[in-house]
Parts: sequence; structure tokens; C-alpha cells
Amino acid sequence: MAAPRSLQFDTLSLHAGQRPDPVTGARATPIYFTTSFVFRDADHAAALFNMERGGHVYSRISNPTNAVLEERVAALEGGVGAIATASGQAALHLAVATIAGAGSHVVASRALYGGSHNLLSYTLPRFGIETTFVAPRDLAAWKKAIRPNTRLLFGETLGNPGLDVLDIPSVSAIAHAAKLPLLVDATFTTPYLLKPFDHGADLVYHSATKFLGGHGVAIGGVLVDGGTFDWEASGKFPELTEPYAGFHGMDFQEESTVAAFLLRARREGLRDFGACMSPATAFQLLQGIETLPLRMQRHVENTRKAVEFLSKQAAVESIAYPELPSHPDHELAKKLLPRGCGAVFSFDLKGDRAAGRRFIEALRVFSHLANVGDAKSLVIHPASTTHFRMSDAALAEAGIGPGTIRLSIGLEDPDDLIEDLSRALRAAKG
Amino acid sequence: MDLRVAGNAAYAYTGGKALDPKLPAVVFIHGGEQDHSVWALQSRYFAHHGYAVLAVDLPGHGRSGGAPLASIEDMAGWIVALLDAAEAGTAALIGHSMGSLVALECAARHPQRVRSVALLGAAFPMRVSPDLLEATMHRESDAHAMINAWSHSTYAHYPSNPGPGFWVIGGNLRLMQRQKPGVLHADFAACDGYKTGIERAARVKCPALFLLGARDAMTPARAGRDLARAVPNSTVVTLDSAGHNLMGEKPDEVLDALVEFLRA
Repeated sequence: MAAPRSLQFDTLSLHAGQRPDPVTGARATPIYFTTSFVFRDADHAAALFNMERGGHVYSRISNPTNAVLEERVAALEGGVGAIATASGQAALHLAVATIAGAGSHVVASRALYGGSHNLLSYTLPRFGIETTFVAPRDLAAWKKAIRPNTRLLFGETLGNPGLDVLDIPSVSAIAHAAKLPLLVDATFTTPYLLKPFDHGADLVYHSATKFLGGHGVAIGGVLVDGGTFDWEASGKFPELTEPYAGFHGMDFQEESTVAAFLLRARREGLRDFGACMSPATAFQLLQGIETLPLRMQRHVENTRKAVEFLSKQAAVESIAYPELPSHPDHELAKKLLPRGCGAVFSFDLKGDRAAGRRFIEALRVFSHLANVGDAKSLVIHPASTTHFRMSDAALAEAGIGPGTIRLSIGLEDPDDLIEDLSRALRAAKG
Repeated sequence: MDLRVAGNAAYAYTGGKALDPKLPAVVFIHGGEQDHSVWALQSRYFAHHGYAVLAVDLPGHGRSGGAPLASIEDMAGWIVALLDAAEAGTAALIGHSMGSLVALECAARHPQRVRSVALLGAAFPMRVSPDLLEATMHRESDAHAMINAWSHSTYAHYPSNPGPGFWVIGGNLRLMQRQKPGVLHADFAACDGYKTGIERAARVKCPALFLLGARDAMTPARAGRDLARAVPNSTVVTLDSAGHNLMGEKPDEVLDALVEFLRA
């Protein structure tokens, strides 16, 4: 008997979590602009509140449009469910706050988005959560940094901005040996290029603002539970394995063998912190995800052409892109990222800061702004923007120099992008 | 709650409330390679509506110790022993797939202990294709892919299970992967080897509800109706657009049908 085929990634991008509306026949996902949902009767209301029935109560906790986005991203990642959040930062906070509290400790990669670094380095310590940062390639450092009160290991699939490839199989093995989960920010890769759960990660989140949406019109995040981590066996997470007075004494792991984390994150984190997503945003992100496979292919193709062009220019000191043999994670990238290493990369211009400024200001197609993953090509100077709070020493540790330029390659005609880069390189010479 | 049955640890989820043996008992019995959590919504509802709920993990599954039992008959005996351990006199049995055969067997052999049975995704014979049975022994991931594809009728579930934002198909896969090695083959071999379904069905005197999925590709509704005809006091409810994973695909409809049946 032939094994049945499951829907493939491209098809799930269009269909997972949504079918034609059974009442109206609407083919597209409707935007449910409503704060709240009518109960059938008093018993139905009580059952919804006590999680005896599934359904919507209030759009801070769940909304039908958001649910389509959540289930679609969970399907694409291979998880058991997801929660849409107000931003990628909200997703990171929700992940940490669900399983860590005052007295907890996190081990994180040093090569992080500046906003994530701020949260862990400056903000969470005010709430009693400390973080030890480690060089992402230093596996011994990950292991050594784990303490009895560590609750989470955390890194980015592609570190910002040096594109350090997180060795998910090795770091997750270190985490699991210590009975801890690995959380991964997969924003730069999307599930099209890399599915972290397939390699051992336990929790994944995205700044959906970037490649998932792709259009640069909506801020949002998605936190996905892989359903693989055994919280009960770990013994380190009473938040998930002991009765929670804040929700009917529920023991989340008992309630759901595979989705305890997600249950608590929604029933506590969304309810109390309230960093939910607007259904309009969920709709916009869904429009983007419909074309995710097509866009990611083009992003990677254009990026390869831009990298090839820059690698031949005398004015370019170095390029950090894992597909280049010169990148320290080249071999790991071939293993984890066979479809490509994304569309964001950095390079160092020869010369001083002024050369960098002249380069950026001469660009006409690339837009100078603080974002990545847009359909349009983007450029930024990290040392003066996204990472400006970091000391020179911390910058150097994160692989950022004063002349480092970060590009996010879009979907334009690649020849137009190369002509733009060529013009800017001429201007940089002064 | 943690019990001891036949010398091993036995676990049953009591729906978020301490078990009160004075209340009418309802036992939920999961299917192959699964555990109590497939009944999360329904079991929690009944526990908060006047019933003593025992959503079991069969031996070797989930939190229960011991090895998986080799036959449906052995599983039925274990359910009765669990009722004894929990000091529950009689019970309504609600079983899914393999669990439905266990409930049927139990009702036939122990009429004094079983008030009623609800059989979800039930069929007889519950034969397993040779390819799938071989895969359960040597290629579990292939078997999981087959089971998951055949158990679901859609890629969009409303309101999903256990609630919005959960990906039912991914959750079912992870639950199967969470079970111990060898459980899958033992369960499917037990289903395949159960030969006395029609004979036992004729001996079931209590009310029986058959809750079937119109698009069930694992245990087709037609085979469920054939079995229902052999039970003297049976009712059949077929859920449109539902596959084998009835509780995951149609949690509200399943609950409504069970509430109506148990209150009758």
C-alpha cells in the first residue's frame, strides 16, 4: 500500500489553518474585527473559561484570524501550535517569561539582534532574570555557562550581524543533557530555509515583521512550540508541571502532554502581559506567507549575485556570508542551510566611518533604515544604529566593526541592485 | 491521579478535579500510540459537570508503567482492575479506536461494571494493513506519517484542539512520537489480532453510542455501522467532515454527542 502524501511546504503556506469560510464561502481569510465572542449559553461560557471547550472568548487571548496565522506558522515549522504576538520582541519576552522568573538564568548567544540583547542584558535583570552571553561557536562555553538556575538556552539561527550559524544540533544536545530547552530566533531563515525543530530546537520564534510578512507593512511576532521537550522529565519547570493557582489549578503538562508550554503562554502570558496581535496584522502577515517559498527563493538568488559582485570589489575588505568558504561556519551552513543562507549579510568597507557614510548616502535603490526582510532592499550601519548602545569591545565581540555595512537583499532586478552597489562603492572612495 | 494496577503504576487524568468515587464514573480510553491528553476537553468537561472522570494512560503509555498489553482482552481486564483500584463501582466507558474495542470487550464481559459505552472511531474487524503493521515494527516514522495522513480530513480545524492556535496534525504526530518504542506495534498488533468483536458486540446489553467520522480513512464509518448493527441497544451518530481523530477535529461535536448520550 502506498504511503499517503502529506501536503508539502508550498501548499501549507497557502492552506494550513484555513479553508473556505463555511458560512459565507469567503476564500480568503476574513479579518475578524471583534473584541469578543458571544456565548451560546451560560454553560458554554463556563466551559470556554475553564478550557472544557475550545473557542474564542476575547481577542487578546485568541482571535479567528490570528488562529489561522498561528496554525499556519506551526504547520510550516512542524510544531504543535503557535501564538501570534505584537512583535518579535513580544514573542521573545513571552517565551522567557513563561518558563523563567526572578532568580532564573538564561544562557544566550552573544551574536543577537540588538533589541534582544537589550532585553536580556538590561531589562530582564530588573525582574531578576540574569543572562550569560557566550560566543555562539564556543560549545564549551555554552556548557560551562549553565547553572543550577538556568532555564533556557537561546540563540539565533543566523546571528546578527555576522551571520554566525547556530549549531542547533550541538547546542540543543548541550541543553537537553542539562534538561533544558533551546529557544531559537529563526527570523533570518524562516522555515523555508531551516526548520529548527528538525535539528533539536524546542521553541522557535520569529519577528514576523521580516521575511514571513515580507512586505514591510506590519509589526508582529510568532512563538512556536515544537512539542518535543518533556517538561515533566526535566523537573525544572513547576510553572508547567504543578497546579497553577492563576488558572483553575491547572497542571499544564498533565492537561497536554505535548503543548504544555503553549497552553501556559496563552493562558497566562497573553492574558496578563497582553502583547497580542491585531487581526488586521495577522491578515497582512498571512498575505505575505502565501508567497513565502517564492520570495525566499528570489531573496537567496539575488543575495548570491550581490555577494558574488561585492567579493570581487577591491574596496570591500571582507564579506560575512556563510555560503562563502571564508566564513567560519561554511561547513555547518552546508549541512543546516542547503537551500541558502538567507538574504541578510554584512561586509566591511575599506576606509573609515566616513567612507561608510558616503556609501550609504549614494545608494538609490537600497533604503537606509532599521529593518531587514522587506521585499525591498535595505541597508544600515549597525555601529551607529541597531547596536549603538554596545561598547566598542562588545561590538568587536559580536563581529561588528566601524565600517560594517549590513544589507538586506530584496526582490528587485538583481542587475539594478548591483548597479546601485557599484555606484555607492565609487562614492565611498571619495 | 496515580494508582497501582496489576503491580504497576497506573495513571489517570481526573479532569482537573480530585476524583470523588461517589459520583458516576466515566472512563476515557485512548487509542493506539496515544495517551489521556487526547480527551483533554471532554474529560475536563465531565469532571466539572458531576462525574468522576478517569482518563487513563493504558499500560506502557504516557505516565503508566509496565509494558503495553498484547491483546484487547488484556486491556479490558486492566480497565476493570483500574476501576477496582479507584474504588469505582460501575462506569460509562468512552473509547477511541483501539480504546473502543477495549470498551466493547469490557462491556460484554463485565456487564455488572459497565453502565454504557461510547465507541468513537470504532470498527470491526480493525485490521491493520500488512505494510502499516510492518512499518509499526521497523519504520515508526513512516508509520506515524501514514497514521497522521489517514487520521485527518482537513488542514484547517475550527476551533482546533485543545483550542485556537494549536496545529492538530502536528500535535497528533508529537503525541505518537512521545510514546515509548514498541508501543505502536504492540497496539496495532492488538487491534489486528482482535477476532471476537461481533460475538462480543451481541453480548453488550447496555446502551451503546457509536460516534463515527464520515471521512475516517483509518476505521471507515461503514465498518463502524456494521459493528453497531451487532449491538442490540446501539445508536449511531456520524460526524460530517470528520476523520479518525474525532476529538481533535471535532471536539465540540464529540462533546455534545457524549453529553446527550450520557444524560439520556
